[in-house]
Amino acid sequence: MSYLVSGEKEDWEVVIGLEVHAQVVSDSKLFSGASTEFGAKPNTQVSLVDSAMPGMLPVINKVCIEQAVRTGLGLNSKINLHSVFERKNYFYPDLPQGYQISQYLHPIVGEGIVTLEMSGEIREIGVERLHLEQDAGKSIHDQDPRNTLIDLNRAGVALMEIVSKPDLRSPQEAGAYMRKLRAIMKYLGTCDGNMEEGSLRCDANVSVRPQGSSELRTRAEIKNINSVRFVEDAIEHEAKRQVDIYDSGKTVTQETRLYDSDKGETRSMRSKEEAHDYRYFPDPDLLPIDLSTQFVDEIRKGLPELPDAKKLRFVGEMGLSEGDAEILVSEKEIADYFEDLSVGRDPKLSANWVIHELFARLKKDDLNIDDSPVKADRLGSLLDLIEDKTITNQIATSVLETMWTTTEDPGAIVEKKGLQQITDTGEIDSAVEKVILENTDQVSQYKDGNEKVLGWLVGQVMKATGGKADAKSVNEILRKKMDSG
Amino acid sequence: MTLTSLTISKARDNLQSGEFSSEELTKEHISAVEKGKNLNAFITSTPEIALDLARESDARRARGETFGDMDGIPIGIKDLFCTEGVLTTAASHILDGFIPPYESTVSGNLRSGGAVMIGKTNMDEFAMGSANITSHYGPVKNPWYLNDGKDRVPGGSSGGSASAVAANLCLGAAASDTGGSIRQPASFCGIVGMKPTYGRCSRWGMVAFSSSLDQAGPLTKTVRDASIMLQSMVSHDPKDSTSSPEVIPNFEAAITGDIRGLKVGIPEEYRISEMSPEIDKLWSKGVELLKSAGAEIVDVSLPHTKYALPTYYIIAPAEASSNLARYDGVRYGLRVDGSDLNDMYEATRGEGFGKEVKRRIMIGTYVLSAGYYDAYYLKAQKVRSLIIQDFNDIFDKVDVLLTPTTPFAAFPIGEKMDDPVQMYINDIFTVPASMAGLPSLSLPGGLSDEGLPLGLQLITKAFDEETLFKCGDVLEKQINFGHKAP
Repeated sequence: MSYLVSGEKEDWEVVIGLEVHAQVVSDSKLFSGASTEFGAKPNTQVSLVDSAMPGMLPVINKVCIEQAVRTGLGLNSKINLHSVFERKNYFYPDLPQGYQISQYLHPIVGEGIVTLEMSGEIREIGVERLHLEQDAGKSIHDQDPRNTLIDLNRAGVALMEIVSKPDLRSPQEAGAYMRKLRAIMKYLGTCDGNMEEGSLRCDANVSVRPQGSSELRTRAEIKNINSVRFVEDAIEHEAKRQVDIYDSGKTVTQETRLYDSDKGETRSMRSKEEAHDYRYFPDPDLLPIDLSTQFVDEIRKGLPELPDAKKLRFVGEMGLSEGDAEILVSEKEIADYFEDLSVGRDPKLSANWVIHELFARLKKDDLNIDDSPVKADRLGSLLDLIEDKTITNQIATSVLETMWTTTEDPGAIVEKKGLQQITDTGEIDSAVEKVILENTDQVSQYKDGNEKVLGWLVGQVMKATGGKADAKSVNEILRKKMDSG
Repeated sequence: MTLTSLTISKARDNLQSGEFSSEELTKEHISAVEKGKNLNAFITSTPEIALDLARESDARRARGETFGDMDGIPIGIKDLFCTEGVLTTAASHILDGFIPPYESTVSGNLRSGGAVMIGKTNMDEFAMGSANITSHYGPVKNPWYLNDGKDRVPGGSSGGSASAVAANLCLGAAASDTGGSIRQPASFCGIVGMKPTYGRCSRWGMVAFSSSLDQAGPLTKTVRDASIMLQSMVSHDPKDSTSSPEVIPNFEAAITGDIRGLKVGIPEEYRISEMSPEIDKLWSKGVELLKSAGAEIVDVSLPHTKYALPTYYIIAPAEASSNLARYDGVRYGLRVDGSDLNDMYEATRGEGFGKEVKRRIMIGTYVLSAGYYDAYYLKAQKVRSLIIQDFNDIFDKVDVLLTPTTPFAAFPIGEKMDDPVQMYINDIFTVPASMAGLPSLSLPGGLSDEGLPLGLQLITKAFDEETLFKCGDVLEKQINFGHKAP
């Protein structure tokens, strides 16, 4: 099912390429020893190199090279053993050197593939390249009436720029691609994916073309989008804007635009004519990076299982449904939780509990799975009580509620509240008989062939037993008694 | 004999034997700096720091300790080495008031070797020039003069350093050479100037001109002094990615006085039309002297030599245009306010940079621009590879090359200033070794017909400073220059 924007005369297809900027997980910056910790006071994490004092020289941080290679391998990409840092020259107050050290003609990572699953359909999105570069500092315009203030804490922090091919065809695909990249990097531990802290941002290149055409029309680049939802929204608005332009008989101009999420529109930032001439050239302060195949192989050996492989295993070895597996692998934290939980337990029961009970409870408190007050081992003890038939599924839900606000062991909660499942069939029998006697109307409806009423009757028995009876046995006993009675 | 006319090696020996103290030696030089003010060789003199350092040195020696051969030796430091707590200007208005909170690796090495800094020497602005006339702090005079009433340039960019050493204001100076900035002023001032292999000295803390070419080195009165001072300057520095991990030999120990069997190459391409006949004569004299010392003379060819200078004037400005982008008025140095950001940039850089620096920034910006990059910068890099290849081929056959250092002697201040290309020709013999990153040394070869010093240059393969010092010392003794600045 393809995404189309309808114009006056025809439908239009959207062509999207994303440039994702991911902050590398590293204690220190790309070319200096200054800390990268988020949230420090302005200008407290700035070395002499970051502030471009005279005579200061960059020295490459090996960790960042490893992280870039690790990410490249995770994106099924070609690792370029030879790569070169170049200077991208432009003036801006938060760019102290007057140039950004980046990679241009020889990036550290070449072509690769990211696989998306869009409503059951597999889409392979090409990765053009991944390169390392320095982040800039921050210009603060709103704290002084006359001056712009500069915070250089971010200046020199390592970023990976991951450039996709123009393979994305809808805002949703672009969003899914962002989420997938984020998940892969979090699995790899190469980017924390924290969009609120600016660890992950993207620029979107958007153009439109009549449905069925294979041409590439003039594109607009929407800069610095900092959430998945904004990526989707910005592309949607931009595509409509471009279709309107073509409908009115004009042409789209190549330019850089900004997305205003409040107004829901993109705005021109600068045109092609105003574009900088960055005068790239190899940075003479740095030697080219020449990696050995051994270095790359060592990193390859240490790669964790990534979402696609994990999903295959969840389906193939654990017997989970595609849909459940997709949800469980979508974020590393969820997958970790599930895997901790499912050790020695029924995978399906574990999956159900994570996806339904746990997620619902987390959502109620607006929590991430990492912040869940009930960790995998405690939830596991609860599931054990279900599996050994100490409690019913329904009781377990209420026990989870108690566990949420206490640190009590689920076994103790069950014990204290007397919530053990009724296994004594005599007790169930009498409850069933009581319900049959009190609800003669419904019983006769059942006998007249209305199967639906059976569920209601089961519910009455469950209510009478305080949910402690096993619904399956109740069902059987009810049937037997009514069928024979 | 006054203490200021000593060499480093003699002063070292005398300090060790207790002939005089570093304090006495330093005081003499401090007053020489005071008396020599008319040369304008120093931008900042640091007599208090010098006396403190000298007294510390004496105290060490009294305890029977020493930091090495440079301990207690008064030196000048070119004003592009950042010195902690001491104004560092690179002779530019744009670095007004800049006092670094850090010490460059080279000046730090000298300091931890016990050397006594007596001041920061004048230079061409950002090391861009061959006559020391582009300094914001005014031109430096060559201590050598003729009786025609004209002051001569000391050469550049390390003109202040060379003038100071030649005039006995300090025993040596730490300078830098990008295309000849140590060797050409050494030639003009009748002293020894040495540029080691690219990577021998750390560039950390040295105000950058052209990163792939800049290299620190000593200016001294003798070849032996150069070997002693260089020893104290070099180190492998992890803070400079281009610093070499190559083993550092004992340079002075290489001076054996014996060059029998050494193969000396004479490159024919260095015989250029701009060269005066007296330079030719000097060169031939050098050849004869080396031959008589037992060296074997070999005619060699470096076919791409003629492209070195034009190529240099693409690569060096390209790197400079980017290296000097940081001087934007935002964080340190001069700021000239403007109505908006771009206006502030323009006003600051317009006022802060001198004419020659602006010229090179513009050339550099041009050659890196889209549409011109391939034709200029990329082509220049390719030619640079060919120049390197030329030298590699030659050093399979010979141990050292002998050439003149400059095509002419020091000229009067004010000449050659209208035509930058005329000025650039100063570096025609020094630039090729810079492009190839090779060690090279200039020593006084004799006097011009007018009576001004002329230098001879030796070049060896990379990391073979030992041969350079060995051969330089023998040639120095053979020439027996003997002349002092009047």
